[in-house]
Amino acid sequence: MAVAIALIFFVAPEDADQGISQKIFYFHVPIALTAYACFGWGAWKALRHLWEREPGADLESYTAIHQGVIFGALTLVTGSIWARASWGVWWTWSSNQLVLFLVLFLFYCAYFMLRYSVEPGPQRENLSAVYALFGVVLIPVSFFAIRLANDFIHPTVFTSRGPQMSGTMFTAFCVALAAMLALAFTFYSVELVGKRVDARLRELRAAERPATAARRVPEAVAR
Amino acid sequence: MNGYFADVGALARKDLLLELRARDTLPAMLLFVLATFVVFHFALPSGSSDLAASGLLWVAIVFTALLGLGRAFVPEREQRVFDALVLAPNDRSAIWVAKALATLAFLAGVEVVALPVFAAFFHGIGAATVGGVVLADVGICAVGTFVGAMATASRARELLLPLLFLPLAIPIVIGGVGASIVDSPGRYLGFLAVYDLIFATLCWASFDYVVAE
Amino acid sequence: MIRARELGKRYGEKRVLWGIDLDLPRGGVLVVTGPNGSGKTTLLRLCAGLAVPTEGELEVAVDRGRLGFLAHEPLVYRELTALENLDLYGRLYRVPERRERIGMLLERFGLWDARHERVAAYSRGMTQRLALCRALLHEPELLVLDEPFTALDAEGATLLDAQLRELAGERTLLVSTHDPARIDPLATLRLELAA
Repeated sequence: MAVAIALIFFVAPEDADQGISQKIFYFHVPIALTAYACFGWGAWKALRHLWEREPGADLESYTAIHQGVIFGALTLVTGSIWARASWGVWWTWSSNQLVLFLVLFLFYCAYFMLRYSVEPGPQRENLSAVYALFGVVLIPVSFFAIRLANDFIHPTVFTSRGPQMSGTMFTAFCVALAAMLALAFTFYSVELVGKRVDARLRELRAAERPATAARRVPEAVAR
Repeated sequence: MNGYFADVGALARKDLLLELRARDTLPAMLLFVLATFVVFHFALPSGSSDLAASGLLWVAIVFTALLGLGRAFVPEREQRVFDALVLAPNDRSAIWVAKALATLAFLAGVEVVALPVFAAFFHGIGAATVGGVVLADVGICAVGTFVGAMATASRARELLLPLLFLPLAIPIVIGGVGASIVDSPGRYLGFLAVYDLIFATLCWASFDYVVAE
Repeated sequence: MIRARELGKRYGEKRVLWGIDLDLPRGGVLVVTGPNGSGKTTLLRLCAGLAVPTEGELEVAVDRGRLGFLAHEPLVYRELTALENLDLYGRLYRVPERRERIGMLLERFGLWDARHERVAAYSRGMTQRLALCRALLHEPELLVLDEPFTALDAEGATLLDAQLRELAGERTLLVSTHDPARIDPLATLRLELAA
């Protein structure tokens, strides 16, 4: 992990002569792809929860989406910086990627609102899982919708991807992507361990009381 | 299958009966959409294009629908009747289908008045717009009642519904606006139809998990 | 009919029910007593299938359509009449000869004359009687009643007594109550939950 992060900072500066706007590409795009991966993994775990009743899948789904939102927010921030560097504005509606992330960001914020507004229990797990599935369907649907919208919102479509990537740039990009994914995975694992410990502790605390109570069996009524 | 439609029929009939009895949702939606048009008139400075008004029509539709959707599950929530519907031996997706149909009936009823009024206030409406509205209504009611049921299970309820619904409604607005302003609306209408199909299937398949533990 | 082993239910951190062992045979009458917050309602909701256990095992050998449930809330629409409410549930449960069955129940529980009135205009006792009609409508094999005598006046309680006596032995009953004296003569099993 440390090596991967170090590599970003070693490899990325190699192309620094391409200008600052090019450099952020190595962060922005891998972060965006990582966010998709997190949302996808969250939805997969949600499906496992609903379909197989896999224990712990709810927590994994929630953690993955939490990471996805963090990386999604980073996508918006880096995208904004990129827009500033390339076009001199902090926000541009012409980048499909950015608009899509704005929609997804709103959607997944609502996911958290929903989750925190329902009492913990099976119902909360189900509602979260179903909404997570909606999210992963919304991604391609929104993607197409935003592309369609370009026809009437922006008659002139200009590409936000720079020129074709050269070999070294592609390598750098792949390394950056791998590093981002590794970073997300590490965060995910750490958060998951913390949440699991937390849940287990709560379970034990809750279990304390009946440990002292005997089993309860109804008495038969003599007839 | 016949039994399924009978269930949907019984449940939807109940919703229409409730509305007939209480008469609160439909008039409220109607007044809201008309008031919105008046607000739009003043929000659009003279010289604004017809395109801007077309866009605002869709804002009005989405928010009017939101008003109706917020009321959709109130009768079930008030008395926890949801428990009784969940206990009944029917396929639970019938609850969603019936509620979506009832909401669709209200929304369509409002639009029958609202669209001509819009045409009188702002500018004429073409067939493509009407087609777009019909397709969008289906998507709005399908997804809206679904997230409405989700919001009903939460503490925040009324607060949560727009937050859950609007991100999902953005593609509908895009399709609808596209259909009403471009010359060849086929692609947009097609997109709306695909949206309806995808999300209705998803709602239908997963509603059981929303109402039952 | 109902078999439970170390049955328990937790909502988040709060454990509301634990360690229930239960064997209720077909035709048995289980009376559950205990103070508020002892988990009576939770146990009944688990048996009715409205909640899933978080601990232990639970088997309820009855179809969803053959289970009758009377909750704290009457589970009827306030803005519909008694007749419209029962008609809706009769359709959902596919009750044969729906109209006759509904008429018989309304007659029996003294609601026939008020059948065209909205439930919102009913007194609490009348609403509870209607809730009983709703639970009994489809002639359930397993009847789960949560505090059925609450809100009933003397006359309503007598009607319910007679109904339960008729059902006991034939159907399986699971009843929670504050007031065990009322139903005790019918009980075959008694479960007391401590807070």
